[in-house]
Amino acid sequence: MKPETLQSNSNRFEPLLRVSGLCKQYVQRRPFSRQKIVVNAFQDVSLKLFPGTTLALVGESGAGKSSLARCIALLERPSAGKIELAGENLLALDREQLFPLRREVQMIFQDPSSALNPRLTACEIIAEPLLIQREGTNPQRRARALQLMEQVGLDPAWERKAPLEFSGGQRQRLAIARALALGPRLLILDEALSNLDAANQSLILKLLADLQAARSLSFLHISHDLRLVSEFADDVAVMYQGRIVEAKSTRKLFASPEHSYTKELLASVRSVESILLERSA
Amino acid sequence: MQVLLQVKDLNVSYRGAASSQRRAVENVSFEIAEGEVLGLMGESGCGKTSVALALLGLLSKDLAHVSGSIQFRGKELLSTDQRSLRAIRGAGISLVFQEPELALSPVMKIRDQVAEVIHAHNDWNWQRCRTEAELALARVGLANSPRIFSAYPHQLSGGQRQRVVLAQALACNPALLIADEPAASLDARSQSELLALLRVLQRELHISILLISHAPEVQASLADRLMVMANGRIVEQGPFEQLYRNPSHVCTRAMLRTAAAAGVPENLDLEMVTSMLIAPRRKNDKGRE
Repeated sequence: MKPETLQSNSNRFEPLLRVSGLCKQYVQRRPFSRQKIVVNAFQDVSLKLFPGTTLALVGESGAGKSSLARCIALLERPSAGKIELAGENLLALDREQLFPLRREVQMIFQDPSSALNPRLTACEIIAEPLLIQREGTNPQRRARALQLMEQVGLDPAWERKAPLEFSGGQRQRLAIARALALGPRLLILDEALSNLDAANQSLILKLLADLQAARSLSFLHISHDLRLVSEFADDVAVMYQGRIVEAKSTRKLFASPEHSYTKELLASVRSVESILLERSA
Repeated sequence: MQVLLQVKDLNVSYRGAASSQRRAVENVSFEIAEGEVLGLMGESGCGKTSVALALLGLLSKDLAHVSGSIQFRGKELLSTDQRSLRAIRGAGISLVFQEPELALSPVMKIRDQVAEVIHAHNDWNWQRCRTEAELALARVGLANSPRIFSAYPHQLSGGQRQRVVLAQALACNPALLIADEPAASLDARSQSELLALLRVLQRELHISILLISHAPEVQASLADRLMVMANGRIVEQGPFEQLYRNPSHVCTRAMLRTAAAAGVPENLDLEMVTSMLIAPRRKNDKGRE
């Protein structure tokens, strides 16, 4: 199970992340007119994430999952609501006050080839967050980057390679190493596994589980693959049309789904066996 | 069944890639019969897409060196000039990419985009091409409504956009469709809809499909035979069900996740897969820490 070694200021029974009543609206202007279109990406979202646990966020595309993730990572400003990280209300802070806190929340995206700068080397990519947060000297940053490469299962001898020289699974490892560079407490994974094949999915999941155990990391993991979710998540929140319609422990959700959309979602999970059976019929 | 496409000893190597003496595709041989769906699986970076591009002659001579033999209906494609290849692309062999956003022009109505493909391969006037385009769009299940026909790509959902790309690919009745991760960017529901549609169309039109996908569920619902690639080579090929029940290569087992239930397959040596998929660690790590 999860380790008891935690930082002194975090209590394992206090949520690391508490989101309440969060809303996000996008206002678009029609071209050549004053008419405005308001799109509600998500409304009244509340959730809790405890240290060392994984919360999965599932739902169809367009449900608002990624917008929610981007708001929690503070890449975008929500329209209303509250985001508390270890008791601190992030939305009450200004840009400068937020800057040191950004190291606590890191994000990993679906497509590592577009999330990594193609003109930097592997080592530079991992060291960049340290540079931005003005941490250490150049040799120190490089040493840290090499150490991280080792930790995520990449050969440090590849430090001078460009991201395009890595395979898909290796690129995602690179993205994980970069996200870990600043020692975050919360990792947000936005469909981080869906571009990978089954073998790499298993390997990356195992890597994430090891990292979680070693560093007591919390994961907010967005995924549309329910079969995978059942493997890695402690809790699941189901999002539908901008709202969270059901949130409970993974075991409970799979055993007794309540909302009609959750049921539909669970019914759409099909195994290779059932597909083959259907084909031969 | 008649052989439609025969690939023998295909090699692809890219020029100037600093790291590699290694070829992207190495001695790949396979056949596709008429009306057959051949699945192609493998880790990203193992050379699947290079095979697809080589089949269509889309690898420019400045960037890549292609050797071997690709025979389509008995005609050698590798020695064919670009002009004749252009007549084959789209009409004989067509391609569907993973990202419909990148394959469609954002500033053109979708009916016109499909009509353009038809116009390129037929001597018909524009009006007739547009009518044919409407038929092609109706065939992939896009409702017969002016709203859809005169929509721009951004006004459609991801699933609808992928159908438009499919309509383009099928508009000139190709004999072979190369589908490179056709469903990967879609959510579960649109994904199963698209796969069901592909299956119906494949039967109706009797086309062959080279289906590139890393998802076992996608392969299971379409592929008759399966081919597994690793590091540019084919490690195993055979009927899908046979490979699924009795995989002999460790990569096939890892790709198909044969321990059906869930998770890391119990009976699989993960270290071994790691060492196959990820290049070996350096032996001595001197002077690091």
